[in-house]
Amino acid sequence: MPEVTVRKQKIRKNSVRTRLIIFGVLALLLLLASIFAEYLTPYDPYIQDLNNAKAAPTPAHLFGTDRYGRDMLSRVIVGSRASIYSTLLLVAIITAIGTCVGVFCGWHGKFIDVVLMRISDMFLAFPGLVFALAVAGVLGGGLQNAIIALAAISWPKYARIARSQTLAQKETPYLKAAKLSGSSTVKIIFKHILPNIIGPILVTSMLDIGTMMMELAGLSFLGLGAKPPTAEWGSMMSDTRSLLTTAPWVTLSPGFAIFISVMVFNLLGDTIRDYADPRSRGGR
Amino acid sequence: MSDPILRYEHVDISYNGMQAVSDISFSVNQGEILGIVGESGSGKSTLIKAAMGLLGDAGLVTRGDIYYKDINLADLSQAEIRKLNGQELGMIFQNSGSAFCPIRTVGAQLYESMTEHKSITKEEFRKRAINVFSKIGFEDGDRILESYPFELSGGMQQRVGIAVALLSNPGIIFADEPTSALDVSVQKQVVDEMLMARNNFGTTIVLVTHNIGVIGAMADKVLVMKDGKMVEYGDTSQVITDPKEEYTRKLMDAVPRLRRA
Amino acid sequence: MDPILKVDNLTKVFSGNGKDDFVAVDHASFELMRGECLGIIGESGSGKTTIVNMISRLLDPTEGTIILDNEDITKASGRELRKVYKKMQMVFQTPQESFDPRCRLGDGIGESLRNNDFSKRDARKRVIELLSECGLSEEFADRYPHQVSGGQCQRAAIARALAIKPSLLICDEATSALDVTIQKEILELLNKLRMEHGEELSILFICHDIALVQQFCDRVLVFYKGRLVEQGTPDEIIRNPKDAYTRRLIDSVL
Repeated sequence: MPEVTVRKQKIRKNSVRTRLIIFGVLALLLLLASIFAEYLTPYDPYIQDLNNAKAAPTPAHLFGTDRYGRDMLSRVIVGSRASIYSTLLLVAIITAIGTCVGVFCGWHGKFIDVVLMRISDMFLAFPGLVFALAVAGVLGGGLQNAIIALAAISWPKYARIARSQTLAQKETPYLKAAKLSGSSTVKIIFKHILPNIIGPILVTSMLDIGTMMMELAGLSFLGLGAKPPTAEWGSMMSDTRSLLTTAPWVTLSPGFAIFISVMVFNLLGDTIRDYADPRSRGGR
Repeated sequence: MSDPILRYEHVDISYNGMQAVSDISFSVNQGEILGIVGESGSGKSTLIKAAMGLLGDAGLVTRGDIYYKDINLADLSQAEIRKLNGQELGMIFQNSGSAFCPIRTVGAQLYESMTEHKSITKEEFRKRAINVFSKIGFEDGDRILESYPFELSGGMQQRVGIAVALLSNPGIIFADEPTSALDVSVQKQVVDEMLMARNNFGTTIVLVTHNIGVIGAMADKVLVMKDGKMVEYGDTSQVITDPKEEYTRKLMDAVPRLRRA
Repeated sequence: MDPILKVDNLTKVFSGNGKDDFVAVDHASFELMRGECLGIIGESGSGKTTIVNMISRLLDPTEGTIILDNEDITKASGRELRKVYKKMQMVFQTPQESFDPRCRLGDGIGESLRNNDFSKRDARKRVIELLSECGLSEEFADRYPHQVSGGQCQRAAIARALAIKPSLLICDEATSALDVTIQKEILELLNKLRMEHGEELSILFICHDIALVQQFCDRVLVFYKGRLVEQGTPDEIIRNPKDAYTRRLIDSVL
């Protein structure tokens, strides 16, 4: 028998599960850090020590100190409470509102669909941050109002996604089969539509955690979010931006915290999208 | 007898370590039509994708060789195989229409794909295209060249796809389920067209399909596949009317046949 | 004998926003007798899918009436329509897509039972009976659609359609997406069910393969561009087609 060529194949593993575990754990750590912030800080974040102001990072103060001599590491950790917690709250609110409106419009169609979608178009047409500024301006500053302001401008995106997903689901054979089996509208929506559209929506919200964290930080940076001395990453950057040249660590450490958390939540969002599809997990 | 134009020798193909095709050997002579039949998951498409360099990143010919004339296709890089594609190796897919860009005329796109490989003037191209169109039974080649893809029906797009594959006069054409998306009346036209191509140009065709009717109407030889293995290989009339293997017999029995009398 | 399904002057016009209106189905009238298997044949664009969608009330007709079991269902909706669905079920072309990817096959099969006052336990029992009637073992109830083959999934879809004992079963290209050997198995299953149910089960069999219709149906309707061009027994039509289109269709079969 003549010689037969043999070639070696590199095998790529399906690593979605590993990635999910890694980023899930990282996100959980961030979340736990924000919940138990008080217990994790090496110093009291609000105690001033003017003798030690604007000190560069040392082993004692890993991120240095700000202009009042407050330990930056402690402030960043405590700041996670306001930043992460309120971001998650905000994203949860807009996801819920947007999905409800979207599914309702997609399923019902007709007049109500047109009206609600035109309203959401109006919201989408406004430059987001300007509108949020206006709302926050009317309601006054404060983290709570910043959340309301951002929620008011951010839900239409979710309504759009939920609506188009619902429309696509309505055309699938299994939904026809569900109708033929005599299921009521409520049952069809909760048992068949929502579970099948929640994947893409959740991915959007995961990816939005980063954006929302930045927008909240942005509002705080503009002075419409958290009020000093409350530690919040956006306002911390805003307060100290004049120190960027002389004591960069003061501005950069909350910036770094925003960067890390935005990245972790974005990557988690990506991974969840890959994992959400039961077909992608294989197994026949 | 002349050397075969295409030779598969003990070919194994794997996707990510999962073997999809094992130990397939056959050869195709100049001007011959080979039909490859099998049910879904039999590896029939994989088999010709290997020759066209379309296995993707996950797939690889892990064992054996695929010779086109003297070139071992299994060892070529993507870039080298792309040079051959269109020139030497023609392809027809299930939905030729989706391979066209929707906003430019068919003629413009054909001209562009031809100039990829060699320089040719627009005039020359036009003459040649209309010549090919007429040889496979298209009357108004001019009109087709000036149409946008969406102006042609699915069957028409498929027929244009065949003309495209013939344009650069390739040595061999691989057709992957070329009629499966078509209605029966259009399917017949497409089959006739491919037969005309063979008669007028002496084109060698490797035809992959699950439709045994199409195989019976076109192929000289048949290769029956199941679960990545070759079940039976022989002359079409013999395989269809007098199958040797149990599986082939079961397959032929399952085909609904029209009782005309 | 009275027909189980009577369709009268059924018409569907899709308005073409600015362009010409498109008449998908043009005044089609036909009857389906009890226990009969009626084939509908036609190529893409012939309107056969539109007809099915109107009969199953997933699409509103522009004109005409649909009478199922002596009851006008043309305008049925809501609760009334859900009652209609107890008499009419469907098997779709793509078996895997006809089951919710996030639900087990058993849940899909049992959905109509649960909606009709079966307890969870009774529904489960009936699902297993149905599965075995359709040639599948009990364990398939707990599988997801992507974990079974196309043929197995279509068997499950037939089981689902039969769950509430409909009098009309609509098979919309139910075998077209399957391999020929599987197609044969599914047809054998449908034939077996017809034998067992006799006059209690009538089938509307939509198909583009005329040879298959010849094997399986008692009578056939030929549709072309939304119009009913010919009807009769398959043998009659194949041997002696009256319409030019039918003749072309038969000549094209390889």
